[in-house]
Amino acid sequence: MTELIRLEAVSFAYDAARPVLRGVDFTLAAGQRLALNGTNGAGKTTLLHLMVGLVAPSAGRVIAFGRERRSEADFVEVRGRAGLLFQDADDQLFCPTVAEDVAFGPLNQGKSRAEARAIVHDTLASLGLEKLENRVTHKLSGGERRLVSLAAVLAMRPEALLLDEPTNALDQPTRSRLLDILAGLDQAMVIVSHDREVLERLATAEIRLEDGRLARD
Amino acid sequence: MSILDTATPRTARSLMARLDPRTRVILALLFALATVAIDEITALAAALGVALTLAVLARLPLGATMRRMLGLEGFMLAVLVLLPVTVPGRPVAELFGLVVSAEGLARAVAIALKANAVAVALLALVGSMEIVALGRALARLGAPERLVHLLLFTVRYIEVLEREYRRLRLAMRARAFRPTTSLHCWRSLGYLFGMLMVRSLERAERIDAAMRCRGFTGRFHALDGDDDGGRGGAPGALDWGVGAATVTVVALAGLI
Repeated sequence: MTELIRLEAVSFAYDAARPVLRGVDFTLAAGQRLALNGTNGAGKTTLLHLMVGLVAPSAGRVIAFGRERRSEADFVEVRGRAGLLFQDADDQLFCPTVAEDVAFGPLNQGKSRAEARAIVHDTLASLGLEKLENRVTHKLSGGERRLVSLAAVLAMRPEALLLDEPTNALDQPTRSRLLDILAGLDQAMVIVSHDREVLERLATAEIRLEDGRLARD
Repeated sequence: MSILDTATPRTARSLMARLDPRTRVILALLFALATVAIDEITALAAALGVALTLAVLARLPLGATMRRMLGLEGFMLAVLVLLPVTVPGRPVAELFGLVVSAEGLARAVAIALKANAVAVALLALVGSMEIVALGRALARLGAPERLVHLLLFTVRYIEVLEREYRRLRLAMRARAFRPTTSLHCWRSLGYLFGMLMVRSLERAERIDAAMRCRGFTGRFHALDGDDDGGRGGAPGALDWGVGAATVTVVALAGLI
């Protein structure tokens, strides 16, 4: 199995008196779908953010796609290969229209406009969202927002997906649809979720954050 | 209805909707400048006539437009009432011991005409298009990229902030908060706006993080641009026609 992301003895604290992570070792390999559990505030989101360099560890190493990553510049490439889906889709969809938002990642990766347009088309079509292509993002429903933000992440053709509470606040039909889509993807995944159904349908293994350390269930 | 919804009519595309957004922005700018520059009452009345014609061409919905205009009238009311009695000049009447002057009256009428003509024309030309289209038009006309992005981000997130404000406000009401003139009330409102600022800042940070996750390094790449060879680039025959007509009218007006 190819190793994609590895964290070695990683520690992190927003507030030095109360560290969130205390020497976490973690590995994500190709083909794995890891469910990440833990109580509120256990540091699940922080762990995902560490993997793509949105926060820097106070100690320990982040090795992603075969190289140790330290600086912001190191992580630019990582973020294209490990797509992070945010908890709140409103944070993610900032472009005026759906097409522009989905094209944002590919254009940043240096794709030409024609290529980006083709990617937008293919990605939306593969998720059954082609009707939304020219819609204005702030007028989408909550469920549509979540699906479009997933499309925006997938458009970068990542090898791994980091999903932060993907089914949170979704109605039953949208939730089933999202689960069907995720189950059909071949990317490795880390899924933060409290949703039993998500864990049962998607996860190949479960890990648990407790007192700043990882435990395998 | 949100403040972001444009008053776009849902029927077949009006003449106005077929015009390139850039043409409409330029027309609105020219019209506003010309109207502000002239002082002749008859010319201003004609300008208001032109603005109303534009409103009809844009098929502005009567009710919604009237409501928007009421906001402006309310704002101007104080000025319009004060001007006739504060500007010195030939007296024409006396009200409650105050002298109404002809000059003041004329100036009040001129200001009312100017403001209404410009507002109606803006609503017809610019207000009836999607803000996104307006942003793009401004960018293509050479407005600074940062300002255009600021406009588009504001449009995108003002509603999110408004939702957050309403949620907080609702939560306050759910705990029996009523606006009064007590210290407790002012302090609570202070907390409300403080919390709104903190949340906005945090959201801005999350948006920035989300953008960086998709490879953003400080430069925007447009999906649509002038080089796409499609309809997006060149203004159509209609735009040239309207442009030519405007130039003719301005030239004629100048001659007279």
